[in-house]
Amino acid sequence: MRLLASLASLVVLLFAASLMIGPAGLGFGESLAALFRGEGGPVALVMQQIRLPRAILGLLAGAALGLSGAAMQGFLRNPLAEPGLIGVSSSAALGAVIALQTGLAAAFALALPLAALAGAAGACLLILLMAGPRGGALALILAGIAISALAGAATSLVLNLSPNPFAAAEIVYWMMGSLADRSMTHVWLAAPFILAGGAALFTLGRGLDALTLGEDAAESLGMNLRRMRLVLIFGTAAGVGASVAVAGAIGFVGLVVPHLLRPLTGARPSRLLPAAALGGAAVLLAADIATRLIAPERDLKLGVLTAIIGAPFFLHLIWRMRRVEA
Amino acid sequence: MGRAAVFALALLAAMPAWAGPPRRVVSINLCTDQLAMLLAEPGQLISVSDLATDPLASSMIEEARAYPANRGGAEQVFLMHPDLVLAGSYTSQASVALLRDLGVRVVQVAPVDSLAGVSEQIRVIAEALGRAEAGEALVRDFEAGLAALARDLPPATAALYYPNGYTTGKGTLADDVLAYTNFGNVGATAGVTGGGTLPMERLIMADPDVIVTSAPYPGASRSEEILTHPALTELRARAGVVATTDADWICGTPHILRAVAAMRAARDGLEAGE
Amino acid sequence: MTLLSLDNLTVRRGASAVVDGVGLKVAPGEFVGLIGPNGAGKTTLLRAALGFIPHEGASNLAALSPAARARAVAFLPQGRDIAWPVSVADLVALGRAPWGAADPGHPAVAGALSRMGLDGFHDRIATELSGGEQTRVLIARLLAQETPLILADEPGAGLDPEAQIRAMQVFADLAASGRAVVASIHDLGLAARHCTRLVMLERGRLAADGPPREVLTDALLARVFGIRAFHAETADGPVFQPVAVIR
Repeated sequence: MRLLASLASLVVLLFAASLMIGPAGLGFGESLAALFRGEGGPVALVMQQIRLPRAILGLLAGAALGLSGAAMQGFLRNPLAEPGLIGVSSSAALGAVIALQTGLAAAFALALPLAALAGAAGACLLILLMAGPRGGALALILAGIAISALAGAATSLVLNLSPNPFAAAEIVYWMMGSLADRSMTHVWLAAPFILAGGAALFTLGRGLDALTLGEDAAESLGMNLRRMRLVLIFGTAAGVGASVAVAGAIGFVGLVVPHLLRPLTGARPSRLLPAAALGGAAVLLAADIATRLIAPERDLKLGVLTAIIGAPFFLHLIWRMRRVEA
Repeated sequence: MGRAAVFALALLAAMPAWAGPPRRVVSINLCTDQLAMLLAEPGQLISVSDLATDPLASSMIEEARAYPANRGGAEQVFLMHPDLVLAGSYTSQASVALLRDLGVRVVQVAPVDSLAGVSEQIRVIAEALGRAEAGEALVRDFEAGLAALARDLPPATAALYYPNGYTTGKGTLADDVLAYTNFGNVGATAGVTGGGTLPMERLIMADPDVIVTSAPYPGASRSEEILTHPALTELRARAGVVATTDADWICGTPHILRAVAAMRAARDGLEAGE
Repeated sequence: MTLLSLDNLTVRRGASAVVDGVGLKVAPGEFVGLIGPNGAGKTTLLRAALGFIPHEGASNLAALSPAARARAVAFLPQGRDIAWPVSVADLVALGRAPWGAADPGHPAVAGALSRMGLDGFHDRIATELSGGEQTRVLIARLLAQETPLILADEPGAGLDPEAQIRAMQVFADLAASGRAVVASIHDLGLAARHCTRLVMLERGRLAADGPPREVLTDALLARVFGIRAFHAETADGPVFQPVAVIR
């Protein structure tokens, strides 16, 4: 409980910092007041239409990534399972790009998150098929590499074929993610999916705890593994899909956050879930603030920062697993 | 005389003397395409670049369809047997160098960065084509058209805003169009020289009277989403005047008059609204 | 009353039957040892009885809902999985999950730990224990579930002699107190000494079912296991020791 409280206060702090930091360099009191002002001049516009959606999306996407990382790891009993690493995020990006380039998203706004959800769900399904609970770490990572590569290539192809000259240059955005210049429209598109996905994943806590003992033991403890698998696919696909649809694929959050918080939660998956959601939100908000501080005029990609921090963690984990298996 | 003109004339001077005007002219640059189409004798211009038929880039797509298109590659251009190639100073240096090595005369012109530069560039191209008189006529028309659009109004503010938050500041043709129509350019005030990005937050804090954006390309892109961001839409709705840039803004040709006229109308609209 | 009731249970893998028409009824008070050579179908029989794998025939456990089954039977799988470095108490408390919350403070948790000789292991990290200790912790989880029936797949594997005897004694005591245990056991000596009844499987079929001395006959041992054994009644109870391979 103490852990959750301190993580929650960290998130609140970073959320506030995200609102206060930006190229316009507004005063603290001025911007805070403008946030709640009904009708307003430029300051209110900046606070309510630019910084608020950015902070909310950082919070939601981070929570979705942290939570789905923790849930996937619990289900697969593998600390390397992470939506970005195993191709779920890149498949969601493919879905989103297809929805945008076919004009589906323009005709019907919800097509964007729905297509991303479908892409993510497809990848989840494939991963569980290829590297289900008995598949082991190697099968998981190899299947993930294949799915990521395929989805990435297909995304590039769709963008290259677009009649829009800007689209081709946006491959890096879809692969690395950014929260720059998002609007409340994006919040309304993504939030319902992320919240529904999160709610679904939270119901898995008991089952994930039981899965600590393996599939058969979990089943004998009354857990319905087939139902859990469906909930996991829906929850992850909805959360990750919606995040990717509006912010691009941001890697490693779902890997690093559960890894850091596991020892603080007694390693129990059910206790890790809320902690990883809060931790993910904190990490993404912090990374997004950092992009604004390091290179304010350059739209530094979020995924660049999370990868710089996350990839060494990933190597460290592989190193540790290698030692255990040896 | 502008830098561009000096550059081009220096190139001309360096060339051996030719007997008479060029007979087979190929243009491989969007802007020289249009000036050449306006100035060349019938039959003198044998090819223009493929961009000349792109409605989002060219002001003369109808005229351009009458010419075979080229993609600017040295091989393709050389096989057209030109005796003059018109190119921009940023046109692929490799292609230009190769054409020169092959003995083709190439005239390169720099992008026009002011309204005054339009007249200069018309003269440079006219000279190269051996059409000095036609050039003078075009300059006269252009300058008369420009003078007709001049007003003496107190400056309002305008921002030029493109995909990815790109804006054009000091030292650009678009900046001069704004200045001529009594607008202060927010991009220039924000310290942008040439082209550069302006964070949306700072654009909104500058609270310009008019935001001039580009027309969207077909297909979707996240880069262009910024132009329909609710904050921007709200700001533009408040100003009540909507203006967009198009192909007319790109090149220093007499077509820039249409851009000037559009901004003139926007400025007059602001005045009437107040 | 019957706690386990299998009727003509059959599991096919391809064309061949891994478990072939097994019928079995287990009543309270019984400690049934499931014996048979490698590949005889012991693990498959247990998993099919629980309804984890597709099967023909009937099992009373497979017919229950997952939640009801978890209160009727506790199962120790062959794989000794402990995926995360959880505390021993948290792990054993998972046995309480079918009854509500997996509360490590529940008296059944402390009781189960104590029965397995794991007093003082409460806060240890389960993954850092030795293999034998981990098995004892997992058996403690089984006990904490407090079900009328326990199915255990090779509970004695990897345990030292003391822990083996202790585990068998715990199962025997549970049976004596009116519950029932079905455990697959490779150590025929332990099975002979502690089980009230032995069920011998031979290539998926029931080869024998009855009190240990009726099942562990020279003829059946020779036919099913291909071994000869030393067998004696002593003051300490029956002693059974395989001594030679005969084929």
